[in-house]
Amino acid sequence: MDSPGIVIAFYMMAGLVLGSGTLVFLARNLLHALAFLVISFLSMAGLFLTLSADFIAMAQILIYAGSISVLMVFAVMLTPLASRDNGNTIYVLPGLLAAGGIATFVGFLALDTSWSGPATDFTTTIDLIGNLLLGKYVLAFEIASVLLLFALVGAIMLVQTSSSDHEEGEGG
Amino acid sequence: MSSDTRPATPMSRQIAEHRSLLDRALGLPKFILVVLSVALIGFVICQILIGYLVVSGQLDGKWYDVRDFGNAMVSLTDAINRSQMDSRIVSTLTYLIPALLGATGIVSVVGGWLLIGPWAERRLLAKFQIRQGPNRTGPFGLLQSLADALKLMQKEIIIPRGADRFLYFVPPIAVFIPAILGWAPIPWSPKMSYADLDVGVLFVIAISSLGVLAVFMAGWASNNHYSLLGAMRTIAMMISYEIPISVSLLAVVLLTGSTKLSEIVMWQSEQGVWLIMLIPFAALAFLFASTAEINRTPNDIGEAESEIVAGFYTEYSGMKAGLFMAVELGNAILVGALMSTFFLGGYTFFGLETWIPGYLILATKIGLVYFLFVWIRATLPRFRLDQLMGFAWKFLIPVSIVLMFLTAIESSILVRWDVPSFLSLGLIALVNITAAVGLTFVWMRVLFRDNDLSAPPTPILTRKMGGLQAAKVLRG
Repeated sequence: MDSPGIVIAFYMMAGLVLGSGTLVFLARNLLHALAFLVISFLSMAGLFLTLSADFIAMAQILIYAGSISVLMVFAVMLTPLASRDNGNTIYVLPGLLAAGGIATFVGFLALDTSWSGPATDFTTTIDLIGNLLLGKYVLAFEIASVLLLFALVGAIMLVQTSSSDHEEGEGG
Repeated sequence: MSSDTRPATPMSRQIAEHRSLLDRALGLPKFILVVLSVALIGFVICQILIGYLVVSGQLDGKWYDVRDFGNAMVSLTDAINRSQMDSRIVSTLTYLIPALLGATGIVSVVGGWLLIGPWAERRLLAKFQIRQGPNRTGPFGLLQSLADALKLMQKEIIIPRGADRFLYFVPPIAVFIPAILGWAPIPWSPKMSYADLDVGVLFVIAISSLGVLAVFMAGWASNNHYSLLGAMRTIAMMISYEIPISVSLLAVVLLTGSTKLSEIVMWQSEQGVWLIMLIPFAALAFLFASTAEINRTPNDIGEAESEIVAGFYTEYSGMKAGLFMAVELGNAILVGALMSTFFLGGYTFFGLETWIPGYLILATKIGLVYFLFVWIRATLPRFRLDQLMGFAWKFLIPVSIVLMFLTAIESSILVRWDVPSFLSLGLIALVNITAAVGLTFVWMRVLFRDNDLSAPPTPILTRKMGGLQAAKVLRG
């Protein structure tokens, strides 16, 4: 954290995360909230980069900003127009409680951790992560891939045409 | 011959009168020929001089070595580091100067291409169709793109009624960010790379997935059904074709053993082989899938001119529409650069890179890939949407996954087996080409086993919603 560049980058990214995160729940329009959420995801990836976690940053962009946001966009688009208002929702109180709980938890963690560890130089992380994923944690990795396979097969089952349906469709 | 007896049409007359480039060159006035030959001789002499400098080793690593602009940057940062300044200022300067200069370089490459690219594409298309192409504005019509840009800037920007103002203004800017960012990890020479990331391949995939949201926002905010339909088509296509791109890049990573783009290029240079020779199916799948990703023919479903007006940016006018078109052009050469880096040896050309600057070799390869794109656009018809999706999910993804597994087995054998590399690599190439051709043949036979093309099955969701049924009832 010596170089001023990384300090500036950290404050910019932190500001973006907090600012767009605030705008997510201030925006009335749900799609605007989604756009701000994507900006918050992207700047979170920037924060990971300032922590020398390049693989996590790329995964954050690829999975959150690239895929999950598209999923959310489709979910919003397929809901009826009336429920697309971000303003009046019955989940305000539970949401505030959950946010407060998480903030308290993270705050205690941050206060409890000693931050005086020596700053280490940037090392490549992708080799280490690859070795761990296919070595020590191979079971978790495999379970995750089986889960994804189930999702894929389920999606195919949903849209598959059976032969009886096919004839019925042709007859009418 | 039958062609002689056929009556002459304007087209056939034009074809007959069409002179080759050599004919035209020899038909030029004498003094131009003399000037051209003197220039050629001068060029050869310059090349010999450069060759002498290269062989004698006087150039290597000096700041004035034009074969690699990275040398100048390294010398500059070294000079700053050696100076007696405060360490904070030094670290800021060594970070800021290369960042700003590199960013300027990337932006000027893309911007310069936006001026030349449309002209080159239109002229080439005209040549393919035996027309003249733009030739009025400036010499050979070279200023055509500038004139187009000026025209687009002067146009009024019309915002459709009921459009979502905020989301309507963001997409033209948002689509530009990945188109510029994607250039960061590409190595132009051994030291000429803006950000030689350890996770370069992942970065490329991550950046290419960012364009989807901007496309959706553009289609949604326009408050137009056709824009939304166009956006839906584009998103479906982009998401489907991200998978073959990722799988074919995975094959590259498996063989080269690195996700760093410069190391992928170095591996190809050390082995003396291009990856397109070893994994041709992955290379072709990457090329085809990228044409879908960047909306070019034969996969330009996003803005199919003859089907939907301009796809997701129907409601955009003036320079906003111009920005979308510019992004498509910029992405085309970005894909050219990625294709050259991953599969065509990058900035190396079997040892030529010690003589000629690497960035010129890469630029030539990018130009050739772009020429291939234009050629495809002039030659091939467009896929229909369902054909396109079927091709991705039923053919490209399964076959490339199987071939990726084959590549994984081969690469694990390659690191354990101690034979001359030309033998093992030749064997890998042979096995991969045979497997690709055989698998394509077998898989096609399986897919079209009992296929009745006259009655294609309708998807179940479409039928439940009553699209075709309702139409049939209405027709009676």
